[in-house]
Amino acid sequence: MDQLFAPSGDQWQQVSPKLITVRYISLAITLGVVVPVLAVGLWFLWGGWSIVVAAAVGLVGAGWGVWLIPRIWRAWGYAERQDDLLVTHGVMFRKLTVVPYGRMQFVDVDSGPLDRKFGLATVQLHTASPATDAKIPGLPADEAARLRDRLSALGEAKAAGL
Amino acid sequence: MSTQSPVPGTGTPEHFRRLHPLTPLLRGWGYFAAVVVIIGQNALREPAPIGYYLAGGAAFVVLASLAGAVSWWFTRYGFDGDALRIDSGVLMRRSRRVRMDRLQAVDVNRPLVGRLLGVAELRMEVAGGGKSEAPLKYLSVDDAVRLRAELLARAAGIDAQTPEAPERRIHETPLQMLVWSTILSAGFVSGMLFVLALVVALVLVPSQARFGLMSAMLPGLLATGYALWTQLGQNFGFTLAHSPDGYRIRKGLLDTVHQTVPPGRVQGVLIRQPLLWRIKGWAEVHVDVAGYAGNNSSDSTTTTSTLLPVAPHDEAMAIARQVLEADPADVELRPTPRRARWLRPIQQPRLAYGADDRIVVVRDGRLTRRLTVVPHAKTQSVRVTQGPLQRRLRLASAHVDTTPGPVNAIIRHRPPDEAFRFVEEQTERARLARKQDVREQWMAQHAPRVPLGDTDGDAP
Repeated sequence: MDQLFAPSGDQWQQVSPKLITVRYISLAITLGVVVPVLAVGLWFLWGGWSIVVAAAVGLVGAGWGVWLIPRIWRAWGYAERQDDLLVTHGVMFRKLTVVPYGRMQFVDVDSGPLDRKFGLATVQLHTASPATDAKIPGLPADEAARLRDRLSALGEAKAAGL
Repeated sequence: MSTQSPVPGTGTPEHFRRLHPLTPLLRGWGYFAAVVVIIGQNALREPAPIGYYLAGGAAFVVLASLAGAVSWWFTRYGFDGDALRIDSGVLMRRSRRVRMDRLQAVDVNRPLVGRLLGVAELRMEVAGGGKSEAPLKYLSVDDAVRLRAELLARAAGIDAQTPEAPERRIHETPLQMLVWSTILSAGFVSGMLFVLALVVALVLVPSQARFGLMSAMLPGLLATGYALWTQLGQNFGFTLAHSPDGYRIRKGLLDTVHQTVPPGRVQGVLIRQPLLWRIKGWAEVHVDVAGYAGNNSSDSTTTTSTLLPVAPHDEAMAIARQVLEADPADVELRPTPRRARWLRPIQQPRLAYGADDRIVVVRDGRLTRRLTVVPHAKTQSVRVTQGPLQRRLRLASAHVDTTPGPVNAIIRHRPPDEAFRFVEEQTERARLARKQDVREQWMAQHAPRVPLGDTDGDAP
């Protein structure tokens, strides 16, 4: 993690490495749909060349994914401090969000079919501002449950009016 | 509450009241007009005996009135504990509770038709998302005013029978200034340029094409004219007053609006100076109030969140100072490094921010000057972002997130270590400020709190 976006001295935690696998699989599914559609679609325009173009698109997409997905995973991090939650993510566009527990309106826990297969879940913290960007994907299910309970308990204890 | 239900199956307490009896008529007349149009069109297309259409229309009117009347009969509101409860629906009963300690603003709106019939719509804004706003439409004007006073008294934590607090008028917008501010707005100037271009085009094109050109341009002209007219009509007779209940805003020519924003509900302030207004030295002031931006009704966010539509800059600053209880002009502003020019070539000299122990001030905008102020106590979350170009230039932006609305405090293009220091400091300042913020029940320390069980007025 970037030194600037993850100030030392805080207990930074990484998300589960299974997130990489999940992202690889969803990329494979996307490419598995896009490449044949592209090949068939362009067939009427360019004939045999369409296969080449579609394969090239598939290769570029796969290469880009293989290069980027582990980096995106490495960039995710969160730290629970005494009064606030820190979340950092992003490779090209780096982001660090600080959310005071007292500002929390509600916590969302999401888990899609692919996530569930790998025992992962996404925890998102909502404040009264839609700009608050406190979403942590790829948490192991029990860690997600622990975080949800801890955040709701802290949110209630430190709640402040708007 | 179920023990005293007057009708089996519904839990609505006896003392709950109904809306104004004209409600079905006011809500339904739009549908009625649509039906008249549809029937009229059909009648023109395939002529049939006139009685046939009259019968169809009458049947619709009877059915619609019946449905409206039933819906009106089953909609009742009243205080239930420390919340206002609105029960509605016939088959699907719906009961909505508006918690008084979460009340952010109360508006009494009177559309033109409502003014003719002496009724008003009462709107309560509660924090927390899009569909939470709870309109009571329609009430008689007396009821609406009385209910507003009661809502504010309960929200303040004082006796519900307290009459409406006295107010002190702090600003009135003269009509002349409002007209000039509209003329000097970007919309009007571009509209005039458009008309000019149209006239030139009309002279130049051959005479056969003139009619076509005119008819093609007409909708655009009408839309511009309408937009300007609403801008003027909405803010007509704008008055801002201060009272212990908070700020009161009255405005409107045909449809009148009366907004009340209790103390401590303003989440942020934006002072804006469009280019042409600088000739006159005028400015406008907008505020963020939680709930206002969630409105997806006809009025947009900018109209409901206007604190001052136009005023001399000094006066705008004075009012901003009063609302914020801090002086943005006193805060020392720090400019961005010159290398930010690569990303904001025009704005760079204006980009600056500063903070004192109460507020964060962000200055930006070269043509339209903007000064954004957010009190520390209203900070929702703090963020730092850095894009690839910013990384190359060793810059980062800090954001102070507030509730949705026109105020967005983004501190653009600072050296990264400064941005991170700001985030750390802002988090700490916000934490300290939250402890001393205005209480939700802002009058409760002055008056004894009403006992919880006895607030709905039906206790023995």
